[in-house]
This record gives sequence, C-alpha cells and structure tokens, in this order.
Amino acid sequence: MNELGFPIISLVTFFPIFGALILMFIDKEAKDTIRGTAMVFAMIEFFISLPLIFAFQSGTADMQFVERYAWVKSAGLSYFIGLDGISLWIFMLTTFLTPICVLCSWTYIQKRVKEFMICLLLLETAMLGALVSLDLILFYIFWELMLIPMYFLIGVWGGDNRIYAAVKFFIYTAAGSVFMLLSILFLYYFNHKLTGVYTFDLLELYKLNIPVSTQFWLCLTFFVSFAIKVPMFPLHTWLPDAHVQAPTAGSVILAGVLLKMGTYGFMRFAIPLFPYASNQFTPIIATLAVVGIIYGALVALIQPDMKKLVAYSSVSHLGYVMLGIFAFNMQGVEGGLYQMLNHGISTGALFLIVGMLYERRHTRMIKDFGGIAKVMPVFATFFMIMTLSSIAVPGTNGFVGEFLILVGAFRSMPVHAVFATSGAILGALYMLWMYQRVMFQPLDKEENKVLKDLNAREIVTLLPLAILVFVMGFFPGYFINKMDASCEHFLKTYHQQVAMYELQVEEGSPAKLASVMAESHLKSTLTD
Amino acid sequence: MFDYIWLVPVFPAIGVLINGILGRRIEAINKDLIHWIACGVIALSFIVTCTIFYQLLQLPAAERFYQVTCFSWINSGVLQTYVAYQIDPLSMMMAMFVIGIGFLIHVYSIGYMDGDPGRYYRFFVYLNLFMFAMINLILANNYLLMFLGWEGVGLCSYLLIGFWFDDEANAIAGKKAFITNRVGDFAFLIGMFLLFTGLGEHGVWSLQFNEVFSNVHYLSTSQATAICILFFIGCTAKSAQIPLYVWLPDAMAGPTPVSALIHAATMVTSGVYMISRSNILFSMSPLAMGVVATVGALTALFAASIGLVQNDIKKVLAYSTVSQLGYMFLALGVGAFAAGMFHVLTHAFFKALMFLGSGAVIHSMHHAYHKVHSHDDAQDMRNMGGLKSKTPITFWTFLVGCLAISGIPGFSGFFSKDEILWKAYSSPQGHWLLWLIGAVAAGMTAFYMFRLLFMTFFNDCRAGDATEHIHESPFTMTVPLMVLAVLAAFGGYLGVPHALGGSNLFEHFLEPIMGLGDGKILQDATTAVAHGAHQAAHVAGHAVLAAAGHAAEAGHAVVGHAAAGAHHGAHHPPMWVEYTLMAVSVAIAGFGIFVAYMFYIVKREIPVALAEKYAFIHRLLLNKWYIDELYDVVIISPLRGFSYFLWKGIDVGVVDFIVNGVARIVGWGSSAVRYMQSGYVQSYAVSVVFGTVVLLAYYFLKAL
Repeated sequence: MNELGFPIISLVTFFPIFGALILMFIDKEAKDTIRGTAMVFAMIEFFISLPLIFAFQSGTADMQFVERYAWVKSAGLSYFIGLDGISLWIFMLTTFLTPICVLCSWTYIQKRVKEFMICLLLLETAMLGALVSLDLILFYIFWELMLIPMYFLIGVWGGDNRIYAAVKFFIYTAAGSVFMLLSILFLYYFNHKLTGVYTFDLLELYKLNIPVSTQFWLCLTFFVSFAIKVPMFPLHTWLPDAHVQAPTAGSVILAGVLLKMGTYGFMRFAIPLFPYASNQFTPIIATLAVVGIIYGALVALIQPDMKKLVAYSSVSHLGYVMLGIFAFNMQGVEGGLYQMLNHGISTGALFLIVGMLYERRHTRMIKDFGGIAKVMPVFATFFMIMTLSSIAVPGTNGFVGEFLILVGAFRSMPVHAVFATSGAILGALYMLWMYQRVMFQPLDKEENKVLKDLNAREIVTLLPLAILVFVMGFFPGYFINKMDASCEHFLKTYHQQVAMYELQVEEGSPAKLASVMAESHLKSTLTD
Repeated sequence: MFDYIWLVPVFPAIGVLINGILGRRIEAINKDLIHWIACGVIALSFIVTCTIFYQLLQLPAAERFYQVTCFSWINSGVLQTYVAYQIDPLSMMMAMFVIGIGFLIHVYSIGYMDGDPGRYYRFFVYLNLFMFAMINLILANNYLLMFLGWEGVGLCSYLLIGFWFDDEANAIAGKKAFITNRVGDFAFLIGMFLLFTGLGEHGVWSLQFNEVFSNVHYLSTSQATAICILFFIGCTAKSAQIPLYVWLPDAMAGPTPVSALIHAATMVTSGVYMISRSNILFSMSPLAMGVVATVGALTALFAASIGLVQNDIKKVLAYSTVSQLGYMFLALGVGAFAAGMFHVLTHAFFKALMFLGSGAVIHSMHHAYHKVHSHDDAQDMRNMGGLKSKTPITFWTFLVGCLAISGIPGFSGFFSKDEILWKAYSSPQGHWLLWLIGAVAAGMTAFYMFRLLFMTFFNDCRAGDATEHIHESPFTMTVPLMVLAVLAAFGGYLGVPHALGGSNLFEHFLEPIMGLGDGKILQDATTAVAHGAHQAAHVAGHAVLAAAGHAAEAGHAVVGHAAAGAHHGAHHPPMWVEYTLMAVSVAIAGFGIFVAYMFYIVKREIPVALAEKYAFIHRLLLNKWYIDELYDVVIISPLRGFSYFLWKGIDVGVVDFIVNGVARIVGWGSSAVRYMQSGYVQSYAVSVVFGTVVLLAYYFLKAL
C-alpha cells in the first residue's frame, strides 16, 4: 500500500465528507452546535494531516503515500493518489486554512449556517482530492467538483451582486476546463494508439511522445484552463467580482487554495505532459505574468474598495508565481511554490482582516475609514504584519518567495525580471497607501470611534497566520527542503524532454537520443 | 572566539518580543519597566560588542577577520545563503558607535516620550526593532542578510516617522520614506542579481562578501560599473542623495530621538557603509566612482543651499544631514573610503548631539506652550530666541555641535571634513572643482548652523506668554547631550592626519579593509592580489571559511601596503598645498559664521531686506527648488491616471466587454432562431463552449 501501511491520504481527503454527513443530522436552528461541530471536524482534519509532514521523505522525487486501485478496469480508470514535494505543502495549506475559515464565519454567517458549513467541508474534500489525484479523470472530477460548493458559497452567502459574480466565476472556469477534458480524452486515445493500453494514469502519460504540432493545441487547452484559474492577465476579470461578492471564508479559500490549483496544474499536468509546447509558450507566459504583476498592482492602486484592492493584488502576486515556474530553474520553481504558500497565508489573512472590518462597519470602502489604529491597536498590529508579508519585507515569508522567484527569473529572463522587480515598488505603494488611509490619519468619523478591538476568537483566527509569516520568513529551509527532490526531478525531466523534442524537430526522427540525453543532463545541472 | 556574536542582534530582538507582545500590559502595571527592558537589552548588546571589539584589538592587524555562521537561511539550488556575521575592523567600528549612540538615544527617549501614554511601549518596540535591523545590516557577512537589515531599518523608519499617525502629514511622510527607499531597494536587488549571476557564470555562486571580493576579477569592467551604479542608486535612497533624498526632510515628522538616531547618526549612513564594504568592487569601476563623487558633491552643495533659509529647526538639521552625507559620498567617490567612514563617525557624534539638542529645545517649547494652551509651532525658530539662559546645558552642548560641524580646528568635524576636502583635491580621482564645491558648501554649513544657533539661543525670546515657562529638560535628556558633546569635541583625535603631526589611528585601523584609499592603484593591485588570495583560498579549501577569509583579508592587507608603497612613490602635491587648502576652508567657515553673526545678531534687518530683494531665489530655496512638486507632476499623477485607465479602460472596458458581449451575442443569435430562449446567461455560454469544443475536436481528430 504505502509507507505508513495505512491509506492516510484517502482518510484525510474524505474525512470532511464524514463531517458534512454528521452536520446533516443536526437541527439547523442549533447554530452554535453546527459551528462547533464543523470546527471540531476541521481541527481533527488538520491534525490527522500533520503526520504527512513528518512521514514525508525529502530525499526522493517519487510519489509518496501512494494508493492505487483499479476503478473501471476496462476503461483504464483508476483511483490513483499520492503526494510529492510539489503538492505536499499546498495540501497542508488546505487543511490548515479550513479551520480558520470556519472560525472567521462564526458570526459573519447568520443564515443557512448548516448548509454553509457543509459546503465548506465538501469544498475541502474536492480541493484535497484534486491535489492528490494522479489519474487524469479522477483529477478532472475533483477539479469540477470544486466549482459547485464555491458557486454556492458566492451565490448564496455573497454580497448584493452575488449572482452575477457566481455565474461569471462558474462560466469562466467551466469554459476553460471543458477544453481540458477534451485534451484528456485525446491523450487517452492517443496513448492507446501508441501502446495498446487504455489508461488515465498520469505517470504513464508523462512518457508519451506527442508530435509537436499536436502538442501545441493540447497544451493550449490545458494552459487556458489553468490560466483562468490562476488567474493570468487578461483572463482575470472574474476574480475581483468573485472576491468582492464572496463571504470572507469564500475569499480566503478562493485566494488561499483555489487559485493555486491553476499554478499547481501547470506544474503537475501541463508542463510535464507537454514540455516542448510549454517551452514554446514560455516567452508568452512569462510576458503575461510580468504584465499581470504590474497591471494588477497598478489597478489595485486606485481601488476604492479594500477587498477589490486585495483581489487585484492577487493578480499581481500570482504573476510572480507564474514567472517563477516559467523561469525553469531551481530558484524560480521553488520560489514559485513558496510564493503559492505565502499568498495563501498573507492574502488569506488580508481577506480575514477586511472581513473583520466589514463585520463591524458594513462597508469596505477605504474612504469610510481612517485612524482605526487608534481604536483597534491589536488589529492594527496584525494588519501591519500581513501588509509587510504581502509587500515582501525581508524577515517575512513573502520576501523568501519573491526573492527566489526574481533570482530565478533573472537567470533565465533578465529583462522580465527587472520589470517584475519594479512590481515590488508598486506593491509597497498600494498596500501602504491603503494602510495609511484605513489605519492612520485622524479618527474623524463618529462610527469609527466606537469600534471594538479584536475579540479572542478573532485573535485565534489570525495568530497562527502571523506566526507562520515569521517562521517561514526566517526558517524557509524546513519547507524548501521537502520540495527539493521533486523540483529537481521536475526540472531535469523538463529539460531532457525539451532537448529530445528539439532534436526530433531538427532531424525529424527520434535519433541520437543517447547523446541528447547526456547533453541535456549537462544543461539541467546549469539550472540548479 | 567570537562565536557569541549572535547575542548582539538577539538582545534587541528579545526586547522587541517582550515589549511587543506584553507591552500594553506592562505599561498598565508599571511604565518604567518598559524602558528598563528596552534600554537594558541595548546595554547588554553594547557590552557584548565592547568585549568583541577589545578581543579584536588584541589580534594582529592581519588576523582581524572572523566569520560566524548561525544558521542557513534561503537555500535553493546554487543559491545558498546564511544568517552569518562578520567581525572585522569596519563592522566592529560601525557596531561600536551605532549601538553606543543607540543606547544614549534610548536613554534620552525616556524623558522625551514621557508624556505619550498608550504609545510609550510601542515607541520602544520600534526603537529596539530598529537596533536589531541595523545590527544585522552592519554585521552581516553577505549581501542578502545586509539587505534584510537594509529594508528592516527602512521599515522602522516608516513606522517611526508615522509614529504620531493621527496627523495625516506624518502618515504621508512615513509612506513617502518607505516608497522612496523601495525605489532604491529595487536597484539594490537588481545589482545583487547581476552580481550573483555575473560571478555565477564563472562557477562562483555566492553573495558572501569575502567570496565575492576575492573573485571580483571575474567581472568585466562594464559589469562592475553596472553593479556599482545600481548599488549606489540604492544608497541614494537610503542615504538621501540626489535624486532620492526627498523623503529625509519630510521624515522629520517623527519624534526627535528618531531623527537623531535613524535620520542622522545611523541608518542614513548605511549607504556609506555599504559602499565602503564593497570598496574592492567600486575600485574596479572609475566611472561608478566618478558618479558617486559627483553626486555626493552636488548633494552637499544643493542641500546646503536649501538649509540656508529654512525656519523649522529640524528641517535645517535635516538638510544639513543630507549635505553632510554628500560629503561622505564625495570622499568615497575619490577613493578615500576611510575618510568617508571617519566622517560617518564624527558626523554621528555631532549631528546626533544637535538633533537631541533641538529635541530638548522643542520639548521645552512644547511644554511651555502647553502650559499656556498655545498651539504655536514649537519647532519654528521664529518663535524662539534667548534660550541661552533658560536652557544652558542645551545651549553649550549645541554650541559644541555647531563648532564641530563648521569645521573649527580642534573639534571633531574639522579633522574628518578636512580630510575629505584634501582627498577630493589630491587623490587621483579628485579634482579641484570637487574641492571647491565642498569648500563652498562648508561655508554655507557654517552659516546656516550659526544662523540656527543665533535664532534659537540669542536675542530676545519670541514665544510670548510661554516665555517664562521654558525650562531645561530632565537629566535623562541632558546627560546624553553631555556625553555626545564630549565625543563631538574630542572624537576627531582618533584620526588626526599626518600633516598635523597625528598618526591617523582611524585610517590605520580600517586599513585591512580599505587599503589606503588610492582607488586606481588599488584596482590593479587588487586584481593581482585577489587572484592570489583566491588560489590560496582554494588550497586551504572552502570548507574552512575562516581560513579562506584570512587568506583573502591577508591579501587585502597586502594590497594596502602595495598601495601605500605606490602612494609614497607617486608624485604628490607638496605639504604647503595641504596647509593652504586647510587654511582656506577654515577661513571660509569662519566667514560663514561671521555673516551669520552680522545677519542675526548685529543687523537683523539684512536677511529680511535680502529676501525681499531676491524674492525669486528666496522662494525657490524656501520651497526646496520645487522638487517635490516636480516629482508629483512627472511621476505620481501620471501613474494614477494610467492606473485608472487600466481599470476602467482595459479591465471593464475591453476584457469584460468582450466576456459579457460574447454572452449577449449568443443571446441575440438564440432569440433570432427562437431556440433555447431560456434567458439564462449560463446556457448561452454553454453553447459558445459547445461550438468551440466541436471545432477543436475536429482538429484533434484530424491530427490522430
């Protein structure tokens, strides 16, 4: 079975469904019981996922804790799941953020509490499932499954314009993934044609040698699907609407995990399946990433709504992640992975912070605030810590990710990297300007003078995130070590494959492979 | 033997944690506990530093180099960085005076911040955090950890400038400081990337100082120039040089101890420290050195010109700081690294002294105004006057500061400033024009400092009813003033030049790091010797870092001697030139003081008449050459407009228009055929998707 002799991933992945089932039997008027039960399940879920970190072997790039059963044997469908250094930390981030989402919805959500908590737990299962799936159809099922609870979270518990936002979110993402499904089916038949085997096994499909012209189209569908999720400029316009309308917990999950599904998808699926096409797309993707960084920052600068500002900052931050991945060297890729976690923590926390203000004042407009630091000093401290993390001040987690990405990008695309670095100036500008207008300046509005500082529940919600900001800022080694082997493997195969395809294109046949492999090995050591 | 150096940064960090987490409660119980903790940790840090400094002095000059690695920090592939500290004459010299002055200012703050309940603990948390960052900046043995300190001090500066954040102007000033510094940090980062990849091409993946410096010969001159200029842009922000100096005058919005510690004595000099630290790199690029010298000289003159007419006591000091920093860069630019660092030291003494003095004045004025419920500006010199008798300790110590900065012989500023002016003239990269600019700026300096002194402490008091309530500050404030006054008066004797019969202890102490400051000679010698050092390091094996460091440092020492030899051999201006220039600059300073005396004591109607006669120039200077307004028109406003265009024009106007338009077109098409007219946008979109799927499927099947 696996190293632990115990289907731990399945347990962790499906445990929230068990919680959702229990919730169904609780009287819907017993709101506190519902909240408490959901919290207990989310916490247990987090604790049973912790052994994954400790049992994880950092020395190998192989999938770990693998579980594999035939599902529909004749069709080649299998239940094939596992974790490696690329997915481990995003997986952990998901189980870590869910209890925080339950906590932050404690008083924020007042109607249909039961349904809300059930949605949250189902969403958790769907996200975890998508992160561990190593079978394309299994992945696709979880991938689409994520949309449904999220659609409800926005559509039912959202703001005034929630239906428009929910529909926009759904159509954007669903439209992208339909094309991906088509490509998955194509891969399935193509593999059969070459090998005579029907399978959706990702690791098997990695080995396919796909003609470059076909690869281009297949890759495009995957890229579009994931790029919408990231979201990359110019496919990002669903995000501000979705964030602004979503309840706090929805925004936290959306920013914290759902967006990472896009960047994760690039690393797990699109790039390894279509290395040559990915290589061809690199200049475009990198350019769009840099445009996204600067564009997102500039548009964030003038937002009058705090939540929209944070949403646009996500576009900017995710641009860094994409730039890092497409630098195709260790610093870039590990920085990208690290930045995914950072963004989950700092932007997640910023959404929590905006939510806390909204709960008190029922407005998110920057102009309605001012001088809040005077009445809410504890809140001001947390807000400042998260602002610093977001603008990547050294000593916080944000700096580690951003620095690695920029070093990596500078090594492969110096011009892109220089432009991306200028995004750091803009980042400081929009965050500090918002902080100044909300927290500093005279406390001149009567409504704001009576605001209460954070209560114990709210402090408990933010404290773990604040601690992580510094732990990950000063001791990134613990996290990055576990990524090393997988990232090295990812890069090595990528560079080998690209070199191989290049030769194919040149000579029209897969000859001279041995020498190419040797050469590409040399090349990959250059990208350490 | 120096393994315990980690204690130096850790003590302030402990202070931050205790007061940061429990500060509110501690303050509620006993306010004194807050400053005992905050000052205590700095005192401990200072004691440890002194011990290390003493140990270092016991070693022979060539062995004064040691590295301590605490733990690994950001590691990924070839990038391996550590939290590691470096002990050598330069870092310890900086650490001694930064922590020492830091301690004095912590003590001073006890009195100054006394009447600020609820924020008292916050102030000390920020101060301790600043010390933590600054210590990391100084002691770091690699560029990345230095960058942590570099941005860290910027952050503290931001927090402290906006300390009284309920005033919008303060909050804006804080943000302006951070953003301007970010612009500089951007250049610093790019420089670091260039250095990292430039050396990486040759297999040296490192940001660690001694590894970088012993391999600089791999860099081409153009690479070195680019890196140095980028680093220098970083310095123009942190150390307030043209064109990024604009934040520093506004930074005076912060509490005065902060202005003294951060915006005069320590943080703003970190640019000078960084270039001195990288002197081997800078010596490779005459062009970059020229840029540094020119910008430094121009800043010295430009800022001094603004200082001539300001009426806010702290603004005068702020522009004076900008101007003095210009001198330091002038020194670095002509290759006189040790002279630059010497001025850092003496400037820290006399400028911290004057800021704290001005703080004492403001404190007294503020209390007096408070007594009579007046809201007049406690910082405007036009409201002061005659304070000599009311605040005698403040006056006498301030006078020492003024004499020092004006370069009156015998006081500390004389030795360092004179050394810089002499090097600006005599060094191979020097030029008589640079000397002239420096000398003119020195005259202006003497004028505006004594203008400040006369307006504040002489004549009659202009504070109205509040006059009788003005008293001397408490002893926690006056004792640091007296200590600093002693240092400002006598600190110069650490570096009496040979021409005056001294032995220039200071320069010799830094010699292992700096050579003798003849950049051009240094350059060739460095390349050769560094090469040797590098090979030696290889033989020793990189595993033993200290050993490699020794080899490299020993190499530098050799460079120093080689340079010294060449120095003596080279044709030199005769001694009488040095004496003459010295006499001229002292005369210019004396003239400045005389003019100030005439204008503000004897014939006080002259400045008013002059301001009227040359109203245009006066207004230009008073409004700081309208540089802020220029930046606003050229950068800030267009940026905002462009952002608005992107949002409303591109995001809403184009992308969403297309997205929603597609749905609408499908809707029209459907209604035309009265087909699927459900009214749901979803189903319209589904048909769009469906159509595309069919198309793509066609291509895929064809490809199969």
